[in-house]
Amino acid sequence: MSDMVVAKVADVTPHVYEELGFWRKYVFSTDHKVIAKQYLALGLLWAIAGGLMAYMMRWQLAWPETPVLLFRWIPEPFMYDGYMGPEFYNALVTLHGTIMVFFVAMPVLLAAFGNFLIPLMVGARDMAFPRLNMLSVWVFALASLVLFVSFFVPGGAAAAGWTGYPPLSARAEYTGVEWGLNLWLIALALEFASFLMGGINFLTTVINLRAPGLSMFRLPLFVWMQIVAAVLFMLSVGPLIAGAVMLLMDRLLGTTFYLPAGGGDPLLWQHLFWFFGHPEVYVILLPGLGIVLEIIAVFSRKPIFAYRSIIYATIVAGILSFIVWAHHQFISGIDPRLAMPFSITTILISVPFAFVVFAMIATLWKGAIQFTTPMLFALGTLANFILGGVTGIFNGSAPLDIYIHDTYFVVAHFHYTLFSVTVLGGFAGLYYWFPKMFGRMLHDTLGKVHFWLTIIFFNSAFIPMHLVGVGGMMRRIANPLQYEFLQPLQPLNVWITVSVIMLLIAQIPFVVNCVWSLVAGVRAEQNPWRANTLEWSAPSPPPHGNFAAVPVVYRGPYEYSLPGSAQDWLPQDYEVLTQAAARS
Amino acid sequence: MEQASTLNRHIATPLSTSVPTGKLGVWWFLASEVTVFGGLIACYILTRLGSTGWKEAAAHLSLVFPLLNTLVLLTSSMTMVMAHAAVEAKDSHRLRTFLMVTVLLGVGFLLLKAMEYSREMAQGFFPHTGLFWAFYYGMTGLHALHVLGGVIVNLILLLTVPTATETQQRRVEFAGLYWHFVDIVWIFLFPLLYLT
Repeated sequence: MSDMVVAKVADVTPHVYEELGFWRKYVFSTDHKVIAKQYLALGLLWAIAGGLMAYMMRWQLAWPETPVLLFRWIPEPFMYDGYMGPEFYNALVTLHGTIMVFFVAMPVLLAAFGNFLIPLMVGARDMAFPRLNMLSVWVFALASLVLFVSFFVPGGAAAAGWTGYPPLSARAEYTGVEWGLNLWLIALALEFASFLMGGINFLTTVINLRAPGLSMFRLPLFVWMQIVAAVLFMLSVGPLIAGAVMLLMDRLLGTTFYLPAGGGDPLLWQHLFWFFGHPEVYVILLPGLGIVLEIIAVFSRKPIFAYRSIIYATIVAGILSFIVWAHHQFISGIDPRLAMPFSITTILISVPFAFVVFAMIATLWKGAIQFTTPMLFALGTLANFILGGVTGIFNGSAPLDIYIHDTYFVVAHFHYTLFSVTVLGGFAGLYYWFPKMFGRMLHDTLGKVHFWLTIIFFNSAFIPMHLVGVGGMMRRIANPLQYEFLQPLQPLNVWITVSVIMLLIAQIPFVVNCVWSLVAGVRAEQNPWRANTLEWSAPSPPPHGNFAAVPVVYRGPYEYSLPGSAQDWLPQDYEVLTQAAARS
Repeated sequence: MEQASTLNRHIATPLSTSVPTGKLGVWWFLASEVTVFGGLIACYILTRLGSTGWKEAAAHLSLVFPLLNTLVLLTSSMTMVMAHAAVEAKDSHRLRTFLMVTVLLGVGFLLLKAMEYSREMAQGFFPHTGLFWAFYYGMTGLHALHVLGGVIVNLILLLTVPTATETQQRRVEFAGLYWHFVDIVWIFLFPLLYLT
C-alpha cells in the first residue's frame, strides 16, 4: 500500500507497508481485513449451500416422495431423478445444522466481523499475530474442503444428526456411513483448531494492542462481546475435542467409549457435546448482539443505556452458560434429580440476556431514530430474538420440555434465536460496515426491500412451526405423512415450505445489491453514519496498516447527542478542548 | 516472509499491558489445552467410578516404563529451565547444549512409550480390548502427541535461532511453558492410570 508517514503522539516510528503482489495481497495475506473478507466469502458460500439444503428438506416435508423442483440434476447416489431417499434426508439434516452453525455463523459473525473490526476498533494496525491469523483462515479453508469432500466418499456424508449422537454415530454399520462421518469429525476438529487460533488472536489483540487512552471500559461493546465469545469458545471446546478423539477411536479402532455393549455410555458424548454446545450458542449469539448494540446506539443518536452493566451481564451469562448444558438431555436418561438444577440455571440465564434486551430498548427510548437498512435489521434482530428467548424459557423448564423435546417446537425455538441473531444480525452488520469494508454504500431502498421480505417470510415460516411442534411432529423425520396423527398438520407444513422458498427468493435483492454496489455503488465517505468508534477514523476501505497515525482515544464509544456540542456525535479520538464536551 | 513480518509488527505502538503479547498467546493456548486434558481426565474418572474390573486391567501395566518416563520428563523440564537460564545469561553455547538434552530426553520418552505400547500389544492388550485400555491408549496417546509437538518446537528452536537474542530468549521461555505443561499432564496421568 501507499507510504504512510506517522506523526502523532504515540507513534514515533514511520510505518511503511510494501506493495504486495496478487497472491500475497489477496490469497496468502496477513492483513486482518483481507482475512475477514476470505472468511466472509467462505461463510456466504456455505450459507448458499445450507440454504439450498433447507429448501430440499422442506420440499420433502411438504410434498414427500415427489421430485424436488429444480434439483433433478443431482446425480444418482444422492437423489434419483429428483426423488430423495431417507438416507439422503438424514445427511441433509446433519449437514444443514453443521454447515449453518460451524461454517456460516462462526466464520461470518466471529471470524469475518471479528477480524475486520477488532483491530480497527481498538486502534491497532493489525492482529497481534498476523501469520497465525492467516494460518487460521487456511485451516478453516481446509476444514471446508474436507467437509465438501465428505459428500462424495462412498457411503455419502455424515447422517447422524448435527449433534452426532452415539451409538448411531459410533459404528459405521448403524448409518451406513463410513468415511463421511469420519471426515465430518475431522472437518470439525480442523474448524475448532482454526477458531482457537482466531480466538487467541482476538484476546491478545484486545488485551495488548489497544490504542493509547483506550481502556477496557472504553471499548465498543462489539469488542467486549467478541472477547467474551472467544473465552467461552476456548474453555468449552476442549472437552469436545477429547470427546471427538474418543468417537473417532470408537469408529476406527473399535473401542467402546460410547457403546453400552462394551461398557461405555452414549450419554457421555451428550454431556461432552452439550458442555461445548451450549456455550457455543452464546459464542454465536454474542457477536450478533454486539453488532446490534453498535447499530442501535448510532441510529438512535443516544449513548448506550447501562454500558458497564451490559458487560457485567454478558460475563454473568457467559459463566452461567457452562452450567446449563444438561437441559438438552432431560429425556436422555440422565438422573431426574439433575433436571431441576439445570432447569433453574437455564431459566436463570435468561435474566442477564433479558437485561441486555431491556438495555437495547432503553437505548432506543426517546432516541432520534433513523430507520436506515442496518437499523431495520438490528430492530428485526431484537424483536425476533425476544420471541426466541421467550420460547427458550418454555424449553428450559423440564416438565414442559419432556413433552416438546425433539419436536418442531424446539426447531422453531432455536431458529428464532439463531436465525434472528446470526442472519438478521449478520445482515445488519453487513449493511452497516459494508461501506468500511468495500468503500461503497449498499443501496438503501433495495436493502429495505430485502429486509421486509426477509422478516415477513421468516416469521411466516417459523411461527407455524411452533404449532406443528406442539401438534407432535418430531424432528428429523423424512416423511410426516407416514404418521396418521401428523396428517392433519400437513397444510401447515406446506405453508412453511412455501414461506421458506419465498425466504430464499427474498435473498436475491441482497445478492443483486452486493454485486451492483461493489461495481457502481455510491462511494462511501470515511464516516457515513456519523459514528464514534475508531473504525470510522480510518479511510473507507482502510489501507494495509489501517490508520495513518495510531489514534489516541479520549472517551468511550457512545458519546452521541452531548448537550452543548455542535454536532450530535463525538468520535473517540477527537480531542476536544472545551471542558463541557470532554466529559469522560 | 521474514521481511514482511518485520513490517507487520506493531513496533510503533506501545503495548497496553506489561505482559508480552507472545506470552499472552501461549497462556491462552495452554488454557484451552487444560480443558482438552481436563475433559478427558474427567471422562476417565467418571467412567471408572461407574465400572468394575479396571484395577485388574491396570495391574497388567508395567511400572518400570512409566517410572522411568516420569524421571525422563521431569529431568527434561529441568534442562528446559536451564536452557532458559542460559539464554538469559546470553550464553548460546549452553543454550544449545540444554535444548539438545531436552530434545533428546523428549525423544527418549517417546521411545520408552513405544516400547511400552509394543509390550502391552504383545500381551494382547489393544485399544479395543476393554474400556480401561481404550482410555489408557487414548490418554497416553494424546499426551505422547503433545510430547512430539514439544520435541518439534524445541528442535526448531535449536536449529533456527542459535544466538541468544531477546526474541530467542522469549521463544525459549514460551516453549518452556508448553514443555512444563506437557510434563504436568503426565504427572496427572501417571497416578490415574498406573497407580490406582
